[in-house]
Amino acid sequence: MKALKDMVRLEDVHVHFVLRRGLFQRGIVHAVNGVSLSIAAQEIVALVGESGSGKTTLGRVSLRLERPTVGRVWFDGREISHLSEGELREFRRRAQAVFQDPYSSINPYMTVAQIVEEPLIIHKIGSRSERLAHVEALLEALRLHPVREFMQKFPHQMSGGQRQRVALARALILNPDYLMADEPVSMIDASSRAEILQLMQEQQKERGMAVLYITHDIATARHYAHRIGVMYLGSLVELGPSRRIIDHPLHPYTQHLIEAVPEPDPANRHRQRQVVPGEPPSPIHLPKGCFFHPRCPKFMKGLCDAARPALKEIESGHAVACYLYHQESLKEAKTEQVAAQV
Amino acid sequence: MAFLEVQDLTLYYDTHRGPVRAVDRVSFSLEKGEALGIVGESGCGKSSIALALIRVLPKNVHTYTGSVRLDGRELLSLSDEEFRRQIRWRKISMAFQGAMNVLNPVLKVGYQIAEPLLQDGQIPKERAFARVREILQLVGLPPETAERFPHELSGGMKQRVVLATALVFNPSLVILDEPTSALDVSVQAQIMNLLKRLKSELGLTFIFITHDIALASDLCDRLGIAYAGQLVEEGPIEEILQRPTHPYTQGLLASMPLLHSDKPPSFIPGAPPGLIDPPKGCRFAPRCPYLFERCEQPPPLLETSRGSRALCWLLAERSSRSQPTPDQNPERESP
Repeated sequence: MKALKDMVRLEDVHVHFVLRRGLFQRGIVHAVNGVSLSIAAQEIVALVGESGSGKTTLGRVSLRLERPTVGRVWFDGREISHLSEGELREFRRRAQAVFQDPYSSINPYMTVAQIVEEPLIIHKIGSRSERLAHVEALLEALRLHPVREFMQKFPHQMSGGQRQRVALARALILNPDYLMADEPVSMIDASSRAEILQLMQEQQKERGMAVLYITHDIATARHYAHRIGVMYLGSLVELGPSRRIIDHPLHPYTQHLIEAVPEPDPANRHRQRQVVPGEPPSPIHLPKGCFFHPRCPKFMKGLCDAARPALKEIESGHAVACYLYHQESLKEAKTEQVAAQV
Repeated sequence: MAFLEVQDLTLYYDTHRGPVRAVDRVSFSLEKGEALGIVGESGCGKSSIALALIRVLPKNVHTYTGSVRLDGRELLSLSDEEFRRQIRWRKISMAFQGAMNVLNPVLKVGYQIAEPLLQDGQIPKERAFARVREILQLVGLPPETAERFPHELSGGMKQRVVLATALVFNPSLVILDEPTSALDVSVQAQIMNLLKRLKSELGLTFIFITHDIALASDLCDRLGIAYAGQLVEEGPIEEILQRPTHPYTQGLLASMPLLHSDKPPSFIPGAPPGLIDPPKGCRFAPRCPYLFERCEQPPPLLETSRGSRALCWLLAERSSRSQPTPDQNPERESP
């Protein structure tokens, strides 16, 4: 992965939304708080986290559907906030998205052929017969059989999984270099999820796309992503190779997230899960220091509540934002504690 | 006789295109203090099974037949009035899906929990509210929560309140319909811990309805797998998870992405049939990798040697002559 260039690069991105409550009261929702992340060409990066962790906002920022309050976003070496009209059009062709709900993301009055052909018309690509041949080939690759019959179908005549494959086809028809998939299977039944994710993986390999896979389901991230980034309250707390993150999670929040995921095991019912009490605090009033410290079982007073730990690489490609692994900070804290005791 | 015996429970809904066979001859039994998980995908009829048990039915019921015996007493022959006075909420209660939306936003939480107690006017107000404080503590909330409105509570707290409403009469059977589906995994784990504690401390009997077979294993002693309005396999959880018999159960288990295994999840091709005009024979036949001639006939419910039951012709074949077991079929190996 290392040798490939970055397709998407986020640099210290912050996104704040102003919230108006009543006439004079104002609050600021800190949706994303200083995230830096790169996605290489031909790489799938999964962003996992619970609701409100800022993963969707970050995905939208990467597509310029949302402007960062602070920070910069690069796409294939160019900063996307300063694109000319022509460059923006090119960016829109090369960066595509699949969203969560295939029931609302595709037009119910259009046939599958019309839905998948539309982006080609907008970007003025090919003649009508060329376009339709292209649509047919893509639907074939996404196994919507029989293709001819599917092309004439309307969304309501299809299952959720089939609709989501149509949404994927619409995103892929322009042959993008980057795909942002925001919870693409969370509304799909369990028995069809793997089908969609396998197709996405297949297409990614074939086309050499960069993919940002946003999900709350860390188990699918293990199987379909090269790297996993774990988000908590708008910050990236851990980032590393998928298997490494799951088998050897470092951040207490990641450890807690993995412990909470149920696996089919008849022994589960005889044991209580180790859980961190409470729920994430509101992104309007962020905790001082490490955002996780009020719930963290390994909280160190005077350190974790003082300043936010930076995301630091601990082993090759595996970075964590936690003082437990920042040797210098730990030593300092210990000497201070010893000094205090003396 | 088991504590809960359900035999051939059937619930069809009337629509202008014909009856929808939401629950079709579902049978299972459950001992006191046990939890049964009913697992299935959207539209398989799992929530309708719950509605049929607690008799909260929509107006367009076409057929509602079968037998439900709770503690030896037949419930289906009771009149609606008898069922309401004696059974619903007192003996069988239910925590509905979507904790975020089931609470009334303009009423204090305490009043909403007390409401069924106050309904008949037999219990004085003070006693009802004392019971509310007791029950809030039981579900892990401070008693002062009674004075708060739903919008002041987090998702996990609301789910606990919904659970409290189901426990207020000390019922013997509690039906949980996707009790954690709107919650994040960490809060979900907290609620599952609470349910486990309630089960062991109060000896409650649960029917847990979910689409997540792994989550069901967090609470349940038995599992029933629902597909297209039928319970296609039912038995002790060890059997269902470790030696699944029905090809649908096998496919569903294989589609689970595992956290600590490199085995990639697989999928079941196709989609479930509509319930207005399901296949005449086995309903899973169009998607089944082991399809053979006999599948054109409705399969019988057959018992395995280890106490589970499945609706599948393979079982009949296997008992008559030795057949390759589905697990050895090369198609099932990792794709």
